[in-house]
Formats: sequence, C-alpha cells, structure tokens
Amino acid sequence: MALTYDSLATTTLGSATASVTFSSISGSYTDLVLICNVGTTANGNDLFVRIGNGTVDSGSNYSATLLGGDGTSAASARQTNQSQQYLNYKTNTSSSISGNAIVHFNNYSNTTTNKTFLVRGNNANYGTDAFACLWRSTSAINIITITAGTSTFLSGSTFALYGIKAA
Amino acid sequence: MPILGTIASSYKSAVGSYDSISTVTVGAGGAANVEFTSIPSSYTHLQIRGIARSTYNIGASTSLIIQLNGNSTIGNYSTHFLDGNGSSASAYGASGDFPQGVISNATAASGIFGAFVIDILDYTNTNKYKTIRSLSGNDNNGSGTLRFSSGTLYSNTNAVTSITLLSGSSSNLAQYTTFALYGIKGV
Repeated sequence: MALTYDSLATTTLGSATASVTFSSISGSYTDLVLICNVGTTANGNDLFVRIGNGTVDSGSNYSATLLGGDGTSAASARQTNQSQQYLNYKTNTSSSISGNAIVHFNNYSNTTTNKTFLVRGNNANYGTDAFACLWRSTSAINIITITAGTSTFLSGSTFALYGIKAA
Repeated sequence: MPILGTIASSYKSAVGSYDSISTVTVGAGGAANVEFTSIPSSYTHLQIRGIARSTYNIGASTSLIIQLNGNSTIGNYSTHFLDGNGSSASAYGASGDFPQGVISNATAASGIFGAFVIDILDYTNTNKYKTIRSLSGNDNNGSGTLRFSSGTLYSNTNAVTSITLLSGSSSNLAQYTTFALYGIKGV
C-alpha cells in the first residue's frame, strides 16, 4: 500500500541542463509537491514552470498574485496571461548558494476545477517571495517542466517531486 | 465521518510519519462549514491541505476562517496576516479575530478556487496555546490575494480534537471545495 506522502521522482543534474521535465505523473495522488534547489549559468535568473496534460501548455494561460521582500521593502505584484509561471525570486551562478522553490499543486488531478498552485521561493542573496498561481485549465496535471528562462541549470541542481494521497 | 452536504471519507493508508486522517469534499448546494471531529491524538502536528471557493460575491477574495474545538467566540482568538493584493503588501493583526486564510469567491470565473496549506502545531500539548499558521491564496488572472497568516485560540490550552472551517462574511463554501486533514508524527 502506498504511503500518504510518497517520493515520485528525483533528479540531480550531472551536467548543465536547460530544462527538467517530470512526465507521466500518476493521477492517483491528491496533491503534488515540487521542490527545486538550483543554480544557473547566469546570475539573477528566475525559475519558471509550465504544466499540462500530455504536453506542457505554452499558451497565455498562467497568472499569479505575488508577495515578496528583497531586504529593503515588501511588495506585491500581479502577472496576467503569462505563457509560463515564475517560481522564485532569482537564482545564482553558484551551486552552493542555491535559489529554491517549493510548489504545492493542490488537487492537481481533478478535472472539474482550474488549477491554483502555491509557491514559496527563496534566495538568500536576493530575497524571498510567495505566489498564488492560476493555470486556467480543468485538465489534470501529468507533466511539469521547469526552466531557468534563457539560462541553464548548473550541475548539482536538484528537483524532487512528491505525491500526497488523501483518504 | 459523514457530514450533511459533503462527501466525506476516513481511512488510513500504510502507516508512516505523514498520514491521511480524513477528507471532506463539499457537495452540490455548498456547505455552511466543514468540521473535522474526533481527531486522534496520536500525531504531533496536523496539516490541512486543499482548495476552496466561497459563495460571497464582493471583492476578489474571501477569508477562510479556522476555529478549534467548537469555539466560535471571536474574542477568544487572535490573528496576524501579511497580504499581497497584486498592488501592495499590507499587514493586519488583531486580538479578537479568527485565524484566517484566503480563498476565491463568486466574483471569480467558474471553476477557480483558492488553495491553502494550514499547519496546527503541537495540537495535543496542553501546556501551550495552539498556533495555526497558513499559506493561502487565490488568483483570478487580474485579481487575487496571497496571504501568510498565523493565529491562536488563547482562551485555553486544551488539546485540539475538532477543527471547523468556514467561509468569511457569513457565506457558504461552494461545491467541490475540498479539505484534507493529515497527521504528522514525531519520533
């Protein structure tokens, strides 16, 4: 019998890589939790995610309300009709000072509601933030792709996907 | 744990450090509240995860109120939260207000729900007030709120045996709202 909180997949990069994809994600859980801990070849890059069913959605179907702090002030901002979703504040060119993001895809496999997911992003050098994100689709999520925009993930960057199964 | 107007289930999967205790999905017609009762004391912390939408039809977001042990007296609680509304950050705190997250409401397009992760720490410890903390938010592609919150019931230090979740502004929780309660064990 499956545990309630299961590790589904983990990727540790052995070389610089442009993107990481988790595909064929089982629909048998209630929530997914994605944890990214990364460095990138360009300093100050943002992390992005695209999700979908079968293939990732690159249409303008993502939006978010965010709250962040950069060491000087707190601020809130909004993103609408995006073709991909920000996941964290920034990344670093050092793999030992990682940018990270923890993403909660609640009720990811239902086909009734649009998908709202919550993100906590952190970078000790730049700041911290959180996002309430919307993917305007009622499709179940079974594929996730993470990128660093125009940059590349450093070797040693890690990506872990967990499934949480409710009673 | 059948609850009127909801689809509820209660079972345990394989024993681990993080167990599913019970899940409630609001059925057609909505529900005034969702209550988890007879919560076992065999865990160290509780977590509630899910999605929710309110039937309230004013503003971009509505509060998700959390009450413990059937205590609905607002003066027995205190709360703090930090909000982002897409334009600015704001903070709120009050002695005499419920712990609360934030969810979507009826002003959002059909099918849009808020999401939340709520933690209730040391819920069986009778020597301290119970702190509730949450990350919650909703986005409507042009409006919405992101909220960090914490709150406590400070009228007594009783162990938590029941949790009630309600939509703010005396509104209902909409169909397909789902709350999943988990127990987290300590060694």
